[in-house]
Amino acid sequence: MIEFYLNGKAVQADVPGDTPLLWVVRDEFKLKGSKFGCGMGMCGACSMHLDGESIRTCIMPISAVAGKQVTTIEGLGQLDTLHVVQAAWRDINVPQCGYCQSGQIMSAAALLAKNPVPSDADIDAAMSGNICRCGTYPRIKQAIHNAAEQLNSGVAYFDPQAKVGGQA
Amino acid sequence: MSTLIQTRRGFLKTVALAGGGLALGFQLTGCSSKAINRSNESQFMPNAFIQITPDNTITFFMPRAEMGQGILDGLTTIIAEEMDVSPQAITVLHAGVDKAYGNPDLVMQVTGGSTSIKAHYQGLREAGATVKAMLVAAAVADLGINASELTIENGNIITHDKTYSYGEFAISAGMLAVPEQIELKDSKDFSVIGKNNIRLDVADKVDGTAVFGIDIDFDGLHSAALKRCPVIGGTVKSFDAGDAERRPGVKAVVEIFNGIAVVADNYWQAKSALQVITVEWDLPALAKISSSDVKQQYLQALDEDEGKQWLIQGDEKTPFENLAKIIEADYSAPYLAHATMEPMNCTVKIDGDKCDIWVPTQAPDIAQGVAAFYCDVDKDSITIHSTLIGGGFGRRANQDYVAEAVSIAVASQLPVQLVWSREDDMQHDYYRPATMVRYKAGFDDKGQLQSLYTKAVGPNLMPYMMDSSMKAFVPDFVPDGMVNWMSKRGFDLYGNWLMDEASVEGLYEDYEIPNKEVRHVTVDPGLRVGYWRSVGHSFSGFFKEGFVDELVFATGKDPLQFRLDHTQDNPRLNGVIKAVGELANWQQPREGRFLGIAAHESFHSFVAEIAEVSVEAGKLVVHKVYCAVDCGVVINPDTVVAQMEGGIIFGMTAALYGDISLKDGMVEQTNFHNYQIVRMPESPAIEVVIVASDEKPTGVGEISVPPIAGAIANAIFAATGQRLRELPLKLA
Repeated sequence: MIEFYLNGKAVQADVPGDTPLLWVVRDEFKLKGSKFGCGMGMCGACSMHLDGESIRTCIMPISAVAGKQVTTIEGLGQLDTLHVVQAAWRDINVPQCGYCQSGQIMSAAALLAKNPVPSDADIDAAMSGNICRCGTYPRIKQAIHNAAEQLNSGVAYFDPQAKVGGQA
Repeated sequence: MSTLIQTRRGFLKTVALAGGGLALGFQLTGCSSKAINRSNESQFMPNAFIQITPDNTITFFMPRAEMGQGILDGLTTIIAEEMDVSPQAITVLHAGVDKAYGNPDLVMQVTGGSTSIKAHYQGLREAGATVKAMLVAAAVADLGINASELTIENGNIITHDKTYSYGEFAISAGMLAVPEQIELKDSKDFSVIGKNNIRLDVADKVDGTAVFGIDIDFDGLHSAALKRCPVIGGTVKSFDAGDAERRPGVKAVVEIFNGIAVVADNYWQAKSALQVITVEWDLPALAKISSSDVKQQYLQALDEDEGKQWLIQGDEKTPFENLAKIIEADYSAPYLAHATMEPMNCTVKIDGDKCDIWVPTQAPDIAQGVAAFYCDVDKDSITIHSTLIGGGFGRRANQDYVAEAVSIAVASQLPVQLVWSREDDMQHDYYRPATMVRYKAGFDDKGQLQSLYTKAVGPNLMPYMMDSSMKAFVPDFVPDGMVNWMSKRGFDLYGNWLMDEASVEGLYEDYEIPNKEVRHVTVDPGLRVGYWRSVGHSFSGFFKEGFVDELVFATGKDPLQFRLDHTQDNPRLNGVIKAVGELANWQQPREGRFLGIAAHESFHSFVAEIAEVSVEAGKLVVHKVYCAVDCGVVINPDTVVAQMEGGIIFGMTAALYGDISLKDGMVEQTNFHNYQIVRMPESPAIEVVIVASDEKPTGVGEISVPPIAGAIANAIFAATGQRLRELPLKLA
């Protein structure tokens, strides 16, 4: 039995310790927003936040997240409570097929949490683990800049961590 | 202003709607109005495209597949425009399988070939306008007023003092006959067509709620993983399941037509158990082929085989006699994988004489037919539930993963979701055909380009499409053995008698040259091939534009001017070349950076691209790509720009990295570490200009792919003097 926090809530998973976090979240907790893309940590479709870092969950054994905070796209923000990054994505039509975008958004949100004014080079470095086969990279880059501007303009935005009682 | 048109008699018809309301469908001559299977089972309604119920719910049954190209938004926008409602007010559901939902350009219910907007623009405008006209007529009758006493605003009918929703007249409208005359809007009165809107499918794609095939889940669903022969086409000789059946969660280990499957409670259990199974395979003939053999077969055919003639124009006998300068070159492109981000998957639930299938597919009717072949359920009792698609690019026109999932469900007698691993996907694709071409061109003594000879070598796509879809179209009474035999007839037909346009398209058409000859030699090494974003244009765009650039430099002309000079009779291609030159400021030198241009017509649309590159210390950087596109009337300009951007980056992966190689018949690439995809750091800035046009709208999903490899190769030549004739591009 492995205990961890999923989108702020304490949860338990009764699965073998080598089961990747991705499949625990998808198959046990039925949160389907995080996607399977490669199973090798090469494409980033499965990205979630582990204690605020964007990680590849298709190769992260569930045993390694015991006691830690896991945030998925569902925990980042929903339709009426979009995270500033999600809103920036929507506003300039970033997604095409959309399959990789949960992972892209999680990586972008983790970047902005650490680096509120990323340069193009910072974005290249932070996003290089996330493949988009539709080729939405120019818009992803623009959306990250737009989100950064929004954040730094002092406009209040939804903070998913704040909502669940300040656990960060 | 508007245009009054006669409706085609019997083209549109009303449909009885349980509970009352207006439902409008397309009438098909001779088509029975049997119950269709579609994603919303709450109401019966044959052939419907648009329905309005008294609660003012407007529903569009989308006949095409959304795989990122923006067609959900595009088609809904067309209807919304003529109905005078906001596109957001329309609920979009995937249509089920029915002849009514066939692609008017492709007959079958297939999404591909950049056809959807072109094929549906007129029909959906008429449908939207007809619905509006019937609602207005119903309002006039119900309210006892003249038509001149009402106006329509954003889905509301407004009289002197009152505002009514469309839904309030849905029941009355449903009892009216379809009008014989309707009015279509003048394009200058468009309020949503031609405007930048937030795509209708974007909201669900930023918060993780969009449902793809892999996200389908329900109580009692099991997960399946399948071990196939490493060489495509191999079959099981014998296998040892080890302790797979005793492993946690495993419910069944079953043999199907192409491998051994594990069915378990969840994905990780199925995948883990699969690893302990060992299989001895009967290998197919492909197992004797490696990439070096492919190259040798192609070169030999270029040298020794005349092949079949596709086109001859002008001087048929002596096109190269008395010419002052002859230029010859061979170009080649490898097999490529689609590598959609969502791996192939299919969910199947068989319940007695009924079968439900949830699948991300570009061809639900083929999926239904293939499923019927592999289970004992009648085709009409198989319901295909289309889902959003996590990348198609042509891969999901083939339904092999449906055949597998159905077979596993039959063998295990369990509801199953088959999910391919990335390795499965990379090694069991229907690949973009490897192709080579030999070009020869001749100039007269005045420097005028007089003759072009083209000979292409490679496999044809059509036999593989026939092979994988025949099962969907042969009547049930034909024995399976006969169906399998028929499936293979395409190889003989296209090898010896017919020609496949996809093998030569784009090689020769675009420039004005008096004498042209085009030939094709069928050489099929045996690796299965399929439709890959822009199909034949995916290689011919590179071949033709690279070779044309060689001709330019042989004559000392300017690459852009040469292309303008040879497209005088093709104003739309000429127009995008001119536009991209202006956008990029072509004549302006750039410190340390070099430009290359390429232009290409495909799928009735026109694209020109300029790549701005630098090559320093043997390292190529594509800094910027300029793009001009003419696709006729534009529905959502931002979607057009997005498709240009995405296609350019998709094409860059093929230009810089893409290469599927064979060793003893096995595809050597397995995952993204050895089949590299362009990532954010290599992605260039992209600037797109849309050339305004009143021509009928044409597709945009594929058209920016063909020119990009040529534009980059030509820029590399400008930077280094190296003429790269092989994909992927490798600097010396």
